[in-house]
Amino acid sequence: MTLFEAVLLTVITASTPLLLAALGELVAERAGVLNLGVEGMMIMGAACGFAGAYLTGSTFIGAACGVAAGVAMAAIFALLTLGLAANQVASGLTLTIVGLGLSGLIGGSFVGQKIEAAPQAHIPWLSDLPLIGRALFAQDGFVYASWLLLGLTAWFLYRSRGGLILRAVGDNPHSAHALGYGVRTIRLWAVLFGGGCAGLAGAYLPLAYTPFWVSGMTAGRGWIALALVVFSSWLPGRLAIGAYLFGAVSILQLHAQGAGLALPPQVMTALPYLATIVVLVVVSALRRQAGSAAPASLGLAFVPER
Amino acid sequence: MTEAGVAARRVPLLEAIGISKSYGALRANDAIDLAVAEGEIHALLGENGAGKSTLVKIFYGLLEPSAGELRWRGAPIALASPAEARSLGIAMVFQHFSLFENLTVAENVALGLPRSEPMAGLAGRVRDISRAYGLPLDPHREVWRLSVGERQRIEIVRALLQDPRLLILDEPTAVLTPQEGEQLFAALDKLRRERRAILYISHKLEEVQRLCDVATVLRAGKVVTTCDPQQESSASLARMMVGETVPPVRRTAVARRSTTRLRVSHLNHAADDPHGVSLVDVTLEVMGGEILGIAGVAGNGQDELFAVLSGETPVSNADAIAIDGKAAGTATITERRRMGAAFVPEERLGHAAAPRQTLSANVLLTGHATGGLVRHGIVDRKETTTRMEAICRTFDVRKAAGDPEARTLSGGNLQKFVVGREIVQVPNVLVIAQPTWGVDAGAAAAIQRALLDLAARGSAVLVISQDLDELLQISDRIAVMFNGRLSKPMMAETVGREEIGLLMGGVIASHVSQSGHAARP
Amino acid sequence: MRLVLEPRPTHSWPAAVAAPIVAIALTLLAGGVLFALIGRDPVEALATYFFEPLTDAWALQEIVVKATPLALIALGLSLCFLSNNWNIGAEGQFVVGAICGGGIAVAVQGTEAGGWVLPAMILAGMIGGAAYALLPAVLKVRFGASEILTSLMLVYIAELLLDYLVRGPWRDPQGFNFPTTAPFEDAAIMPLLIEGSRVHWGAAVALVGALVMTAMLGRTLSGFKIILVGQAPRAGRFAGFSDKRLVLTTFAVSGALAGLAGVMEVAGPIGQLQPDISPGYGFTAIIVALLGRLHPIGIVAAALFLALTFIGGESAQITLKVPLDLTLVFQGILLFFVLACDTLVVYRLRIAKRSTTS
Repeated sequence: MTLFEAVLLTVITASTPLLLAALGELVAERAGVLNLGVEGMMIMGAACGFAGAYLTGSTFIGAACGVAAGVAMAAIFALLTLGLAANQVASGLTLTIVGLGLSGLIGGSFVGQKIEAAPQAHIPWLSDLPLIGRALFAQDGFVYASWLLLGLTAWFLYRSRGGLILRAVGDNPHSAHALGYGVRTIRLWAVLFGGGCAGLAGAYLPLAYTPFWVSGMTAGRGWIALALVVFSSWLPGRLAIGAYLFGAVSILQLHAQGAGLALPPQVMTALPYLATIVVLVVVSALRRQAGSAAPASLGLAFVPER
Repeated sequence: MTEAGVAARRVPLLEAIGISKSYGALRANDAIDLAVAEGEIHALLGENGAGKSTLVKIFYGLLEPSAGELRWRGAPIALASPAEARSLGIAMVFQHFSLFENLTVAENVALGLPRSEPMAGLAGRVRDISRAYGLPLDPHREVWRLSVGERQRIEIVRALLQDPRLLILDEPTAVLTPQEGEQLFAALDKLRRERRAILYISHKLEEVQRLCDVATVLRAGKVVTTCDPQQESSASLARMMVGETVPPVRRTAVARRSTTRLRVSHLNHAADDPHGVSLVDVTLEVMGGEILGIAGVAGNGQDELFAVLSGETPVSNADAIAIDGKAAGTATITERRRMGAAFVPEERLGHAAAPRQTLSANVLLTGHATGGLVRHGIVDRKETTTRMEAICRTFDVRKAAGDPEARTLSGGNLQKFVVGREIVQVPNVLVIAQPTWGVDAGAAAAIQRALLDLAARGSAVLVISQDLDELLQISDRIAVMFNGRLSKPMMAETVGREEIGLLMGGVIASHVSQSGHAARP
Repeated sequence: MRLVLEPRPTHSWPAAVAAPIVAIALTLLAGGVLFALIGRDPVEALATYFFEPLTDAWALQEIVVKATPLALIALGLSLCFLSNNWNIGAEGQFVVGAICGGGIAVAVQGTEAGGWVLPAMILAGMIGGAAYALLPAVLKVRFGASEILTSLMLVYIAELLLDYLVRGPWRDPQGFNFPTTAPFEDAAIMPLLIEGSRVHWGAAVALVGALVMTAMLGRTLSGFKIILVGQAPRAGRFAGFSDKRLVLTTFAVSGALAGLAGVMEVAGPIGQLQPDISPGYGFTAIIVALLGRLHPIGIVAAALFLALTFIGGESAQITLKVPLDLTLVFQGILLFFVLACDTLVVYRLRIAKRSTTS
């Protein structure tokens, strides 16, 4: 494998969990719901995903368990914020704290265990292409799922009536309610979708990225996914670009160390977090001049009046 | 005409028989009888709080009546939802639009239509139907770029695309210039000729007399009468609407002019966000003892002007605004209050007053720097409470005993409070926006009297209002705001409504020059 | 079936006081269920967690030791939360405060330093924490960047900085290669409040701080500003209160308090710098602040309760072999119920039959 191929491969694999989690959050935020619990949903997805795969020997079931865990966590969040109109920031933190603790409990008995990494699907002929073949067409199911979801999400948001309604709800829930749309129901579906994506993203980590479980293995990726959504101006295409850029930054340290750069390891580990701050600042500053692109009702609770 | 045809003509399209709606002890509608026939424009007249909105919400399936019966073409119906009303052929255009600013016109229309409507070709249908009724719309424009009048067209097109038999309009001209109103009337006329029925809610008598065949007058939830408005005089209609005559508040003798207390000179301010309006070369002067009214349809820069005058939006040029001769453009709102200015914004809850704070805390809100309420950073609770009670006494603010939260007050009482709170400080300059919006007639009169009294004491009062009648009543001079520009002020006694209307609609340009007058058409 | 929320017309005092208590009760209930699910006797486990520590003098003192940083941080957070600024990075400010104060202690190692050391450390810790908190504040004010995400990213960076320092330049040369500094000398140690325990003067500081803050919020114009701007931002601007200045002030104070907690923790119970100096105080303090309904006295009580969960967790780990993660789960469940009960203070909840409205 050439260096280019190696870099491309690692960028794609590092970016996939970010892309998956951020896609789900983008849909939720488009409907006007800010779910800060992505980190909690991801880590639960990781723990349950690993447990499922270890106990059944099937990556697919493991992934399904991860998705289910994410959806279950999202349902708790939905109960708080949609059903009880609780503060969305605090509710998201609840999810993260519960997720971190619960995942430790669940994953505790699996520390040190190993499983088979997710099988890779080599697409015939395409995977033999030079330079890009191995990186793009010989990946595991998670990577292909991320691309599929990207396309589906973009199509849904902009070409379907359901997506139009979702965007309307995010823009002005009061108008949507007045027109007879079930704002909270739509938001519920969006939040659950976000949870499923986060769960899948989390499951990717112990099932494909590194085939074992470690407590806290998401290491803040959920937060970075949140920042990515801001960076993307809530547009799926830009989200993909951002995810791959971030993935590149986060594995820079591996290749930098390989290239013999003598910086302390903590600096390299800190890079993604520093980059997130820089990106947030730049994007926010630009947005201030241009006017916000955020869904107008983002983060505000909606209580329908009778 | 056949027997059946004759019978069909006599059976009203929609009939309300003894409709009542109660909220606990409050009877919003009391045994109302009303009948709307095909091909008729039927007015529903009444002032704020008479029960008009409640009644039409019942017609549209949003509310269930507590008693009484609805009939459609003679057959009794019970509407459980707007969807059911729409399926019968009832459409409604509300006062407050249900629009999505960041989506296009076509997308907004699509969202207002039932699921079964095909989306393909919708843009074309929107363009065609809007043009057919003289209310053209570009289906691909985003809503935030449209004027208020154009936004209303979206709501109307939503209704028209459902081929309604009965169209209900709630105060449609409240947000339109006189010229846009004419366009609307032409469209309604076309609908009438198509044998549709229109239920037209309004409190504007001249409009109703011009446009409507039948008028039902509501007062305090009851039907006062059903009449032919063209046979009645404005005075008699007004009497039916209001009941005992509330003496109109009028300016007294021409106030003695003293010095210029508020001056704005060639103020330019770019809008802070793309949905806002930039202020361009705004110049005005308010003398002590006079009331200057600023007319204009909402959305032409009034909010921006208020924010710039109050200091909530800073400007770069200190000399652009002067209070009692002192440069104030870069001063904060607290500094301007120290200079003797006071402000009452449009939005009562959330801006003028904090809903979850007590009334005495709300006194502290604007009086902390000037009112002797704070010593060494510590709040004097006794003094604020005393001040609050004094305000409520003087301005007849009805509230629960003690020190309740601001949100427990009714609209009229809260408005009296926030106005009174500023007036008791006897400011040199008062800037007030929409002083009587959504307020009952008694409170409105009290507020207008308070403003006149303040001016009579030598203060300069600037009133920004969408209610032209109100401005004509209490202002000495009137200027018109359009698209961020202010016209030269005109004497209220002599100015013509049509000229104001044209200025409001931007039809005649409002040039402000040092010596010249407004351009004449 | 639908959940219908109706706003209560007036502020309900009984509900406001009852809500945290109900939340705790529900948490205990849920905890019992959780214990049963992992195969422990619920009653025995709950007793170990919540009631046994209250009967043991040593455990009670340890509760105070843990409650001290929680209360200090939460007091600062309450100012932020009241004014609608979300300082999620208190954990990072805690660490930076510890680093700044601890740095002084490391610098005077081996010298016969005088009584100025501890006050200097405390000052350094507070300034460091405040400065670190001002980073997200300035980014918010200047650029509009979300303080939630920036302050949180800074937590990871602070932890990495501490990790680098104790493994590198500040490592104890006689420490057998453990990643810690040398133990701090006596001049750099917090004086004890109760002899024989680890309770230090920080506890008194926290109590005094709570009283001061109660007076400040209730009676001064500054307190009014904070509450008003958080409740009704537009009214706050109309009142002439600068929300930008408030962001900076509340973050600075909050950071200073978190930094203070950090330096007192490493100069007190821990006695040195090491990679792991906090079981998540900065995050648990968020729960403390919300459980205490953002009121200083409530916060003190809530800090004691949450400290109890830490001690109970340690005890349960030993006697019941229950993993420490369970403490975190408890705290999360508590936050969940706090939020749920909080809604009921502001709204009435009705279960309505599904209507036919589409």
